[in-house]
Amino acid sequence: MDMPELESKVCKILAENLSVPESQVTPKARFQEDLDADSLDLVEAVLALEEEFGVTIPEEEMEGVQTVGQAVQLVASKMGVGA
Amino acid sequence: MPEGERTVALVTGASRGIGSATCLALARTGLAVAVGYRSDPEGAEETVAKARADGGTAIAVSIDVRDEVSVDGAFGRVEAELGRVRVLVNNAGYTRDGLAVKYATEQWDATVETNLTGAFLCTRRALPGMLKARWGRIVNVASAAALRGNAGQAAYSASKAGLVGLTKSLAREVGGRGITVNAVCPGFVHTRMTEPQSEESRQRYLEMTPAGRFGTPEEVASVIACLAGPEAGYVNGAVVSVDGGLTA
Ligand SMILES: NC(=O)c1ccc[n+]([C@@H]2O[C@H](COP(=O)([O-])OP(=O)(O)OC[C@H]3O[C@@H](n4cnc5c(N)ncnc54)[C@H](OP(=O)(O)O)[C@@H]3O)[C@@H](O)[C@H]2O)c1
Repeated sequence: MDMPELESKVCKILAENLSVPESQVTPKARFQEDLDADSLDLVEAVLALEEEFGVTIPEEEMEGVQTVGQAVQLVASKMGVGA
Repeated sequence: MPEGERTVALVTGASRGIGSATCLALARTGLAVAVGYRSDPEGAEETVAKARADGGTAIAVSIDVRDEVSVDGAFGRVEAELGRVRVLVNNAGYTRDGLAVKYATEQWDATVETNLTGAFLCTRRALPGMLKARWGRIVNVASAAALRGNAGQAAYSASKAGLVGLTKSLAREVGGRGITVNAVCPGFVHTRMTEPQSEESRQRYLEMTPAGRFGTPEEVASVIACLAGPEAGYVNGAVVSVDGGLTA
């Protein structure tokens, strides 16, 4: 899987989980401010990403994640997908 | 409850006593029940046989709640054989009475790890599936000792009070997702756990209990089954005493 493909998959899962239109889920979108996601929404989205991609994302690593782009990067790093 | 899906329950510490009675009560309401046991597979199989004789679905599953690997393995087996756990009853419990001034650190740890950490480990493993389903029931078996102190039970009562705190915080964390988390607090119930109690101590409990008798595992089980049922969806974070009035 290459980066654009990963990004579009992650965005689709995030849109589904946060119940927002896919068009709003852009790399710059901030979870809290732009997508109205609370901390449990975010954990649920991470659980869905873990399930989809077969990766484990520890709590510490979720902490700095504020934007969709950062989430994509995190999943990419877990999967060894480069830009 | 998810439509058209058989609801799966896991009860820890269910080879005998309150846990076993809870399995039978849940199986009677149509749930597929995983009977969790630690050291007594025969007891668990007896519970399974009774549930099946009643027309229910049940399997026995080995689970030591103090051991994360065992917890994960048990949930994996239940998922493979019955489906994802929608009802979790954290019933496994341990107590060894003794005055705090002479209480061994190992006993303290064993008590807290079983009664409190064990419930946390099982809950954490169960939650992703419940969150995804937007439905779940967690019932924590605490104790009257969580609500009133008992000389000789500092560790037990601290662990059970901790379990009540866990119950209430979790109720707030996941209550918006169709998941309820409640605690029941049994008083003095006839099980192996209360066998070591001295005649004097029994007499004292009896005098403090307005019902004038001890409880049965079935009386606790029916309250747990009620909290685990589809109709208890608006009961969340509650601490329900089943103690014949002991803490009234
Ligand atoms: N009986 C009472 O008066 C009373 C009052 C208030 C609250 N409670 C609570 O009710 C619950 C059930 O107790 P009970 O009265 O039915 O007593 P019990 O017959 O002694 O049952 C306790 C169960 O917990 C299991 N257990 C202990 N450590 C475990 C571990 N690390 N992992 C998994 N299972 C473990 C035991 O299995 P093993 O022996 O194989 O370890 C046993 O099946 C407990 O949480 C207890 O604290 C009881």
